[in-house]
Amino acid sequence: MPIRFSTKPGLVIYLTAGDPDLPTTRAIALAAIDAGADVLELGVPFSDPLADGPIIQRASERAVQNGTKLSDVLALAADLRRERPHAGLVIFSYFNPVLRFGLERFCATAKEAGVDGVLITDMIVEEADEYLHQLHKHQLAPIFLAAPTSPDERLQRIAKVSQGFVYAISRTGITGTQQTLAKDAEELVKRLRKFTDLPIAVGFGVSNAEHVATIGEFANAAVVGSAIVSLIEQSTRDEAPTSIARFIKGLRQSVALAR
Amino acid sequence: MSTATHPTAAKSTGRFGAYGGRYVPETLMAALEELEQAYAEAQTDPAFHAELDSLLRDYAGRPTPLYFASRLTEQLGAAKIYLKREDLLHTGAHKINNCIGQGLLAKRMGKKRIIAETGAGQHGVATATVCALFGMECVVYMGEEDMRRQELNVYRMRLLGAEVRGVSSGSRTLKDAINEAMRDWVTNVRTTHYLLGSVLGAHPYPMMVRDFHRVISKEAREQILEKEGRLPNAVIACVGGGSNAIGAFYEFIPDKDVRLIGVEAGGRGAALGEHAARFQGGSPGVLQGTFSYVLQDDAGQIALTHSVSAGLDYASIGPEHAMLHDSGRAEYTSANDQAALDATVTLARTEGILPALESAHAVAECIRLAPTLSRHDILIINLSGRGDKDMGILSRELKLKGA
Repeated sequence: MPIRFSTKPGLVIYLTAGDPDLPTTRAIALAAIDAGADVLELGVPFSDPLADGPIIQRASERAVQNGTKLSDVLALAADLRRERPHAGLVIFSYFNPVLRFGLERFCATAKEAGVDGVLITDMIVEEADEYLHQLHKHQLAPIFLAAPTSPDERLQRIAKVSQGFVYAISRTGITGTQQTLAKDAEELVKRLRKFTDLPIAVGFGVSNAEHVATIGEFANAAVVGSAIVSLIEQSTRDEAPTSIARFIKGLRQSVALAR
Repeated sequence: MSTATHPTAAKSTGRFGAYGGRYVPETLMAALEELEQAYAEAQTDPAFHAELDSLLRDYAGRPTPLYFASRLTEQLGAAKIYLKREDLLHTGAHKINNCIGQGLLAKRMGKKRIIAETGAGQHGVATATVCALFGMECVVYMGEEDMRRQELNVYRMRLLGAEVRGVSSGSRTLKDAINEAMRDWVTNVRTTHYLLGSVLGAHPYPMMVRDFHRVISKEAREQILEKEGRLPNAVIACVGGGSNAIGAFYEFIPDKDVRLIGVEAGGRGAALGEHAARFQGGSPGVLQGTFSYVLQDDAGQIALTHSVSAGLDYASIGPEHAMLHDSGRAEYTSANDQAALDATVTLARTEGILPALESAHAVAECIRLAPTLSRHDILIINLSGRGDKDMGILSRELKLKGA
């Protein structure tokens, strides 16, 4: 399935796979898609998530603790693909679990599972030759991060090798919720737009309907991560899918109202 | 490198064979490129070298002596043992070499806020010292477990005006402190220099930190030629991230007859989680910005480590060591906690020199190796730091053993 954003802004929803456990992640993922998520990012838990704030760190720790592995995340992706053929599915990981699994084996398994794209947090374009080669070979979209600190020549390189969408980081910093959306975001999207016609999704600190609506004014999609993961942390296993669905509909609702 | 499963990218920089590179969030790339640029410019600037050399001499106390340990030599009854006395440097360890160098670079880049990670606390103390000297704001991240076992150094850093932030994630040791420092850097990258304390992390750190420590082997090589008229048979150094070891090895690398021996922390057992011997239980992987040997499980999760010495308690090793290991130019062995504690006592009582628990691992290897050699052989131990900081741990551990 090509990654597609049906509404403006589209919604990308991040989940740490295996938090609190894999069956719950599955139920949440299905509920999120049905509530209007265009793309799901399935986060592979890692012991040392150095780009993540405390919320996703804790989620990652819980998932590592209960033994969630990359192979489990790929199996979950295959399951979700069978259940919801039209949802966008992205594997979101630090590089080491993928490297340990084997880059080629990972790409082959991900393709087989019906995954659309891959985002590696600590993969920069200069290190990506073999990575891109394998992703292309298996028709997986490489999604790269663009940062407010990236100069134009880096943005150009990032835009050139990205497929599916480009992930624009809204601010310098780690993942996490925040009150107001950084001004950096709009500026970055403007600079990035010079180099690409791909959809641009804005993430990091996107926590509520107002943020999503604001992003809709200058970008194609919003990525919501920590706010979702935090809600899962506060919910029981049984109520998590419903509360996530309600939250996502709320993000959508105010977008509709704002129009 | 046949053991490395990772493809080297053509545009990658900072490679040591297959190892090294840059695996960082995009947000940090501009800062790494700025640092690389500033370092390249500084290298060709005589004024930079003049200031660095002057501070190393008058402030840090270089050159450090190469001391003939006659009583230890006599006790072991074979090879002549020399100690490269990095422990005599200001702040008590080799770490100051790199801190002065990077502090000067931060000044050139106009960055007034410095962050650092620390394990044993020696790098934190050296960073706090240099920040005091240059009038810079200093924040040091330290695992809570390390704060507990090196509390004297925590106090020293605070006394020097640094803010020490405890890290409670993971094993609450060096690896977790680096994660937290990286998170700070990603957030404050426009104003902050990350003064990384070992030959780890993304390019240019492994190369740059090595260069700031090359002075160790440069001096040692000249000194041994002057004293003995010949090169040593082996140079021995402990290896955590590997900064003192690469500094002690570097100028000897072209001298093919000089064995280079790195000593990792054998901890309290061979099982994963009980030691920090990356070349015994590790495999190639990416941790905290660089591709090197890493202690990890089958799923690629980074393993916990253990060592009696906080400074060696780390799951990965500098990428240049990975290259030297694979090529066979350097050998890597390990000494366990008990051997390091015993070596500490031995050196204290034969020479009146109290080594840091980290450096004691190198002494332990020397104690094992020397008796197998002849009286004509020469060993140099890089005594990377002194043991004052370890009093708490030594009094607990040695009392238990009835010393």
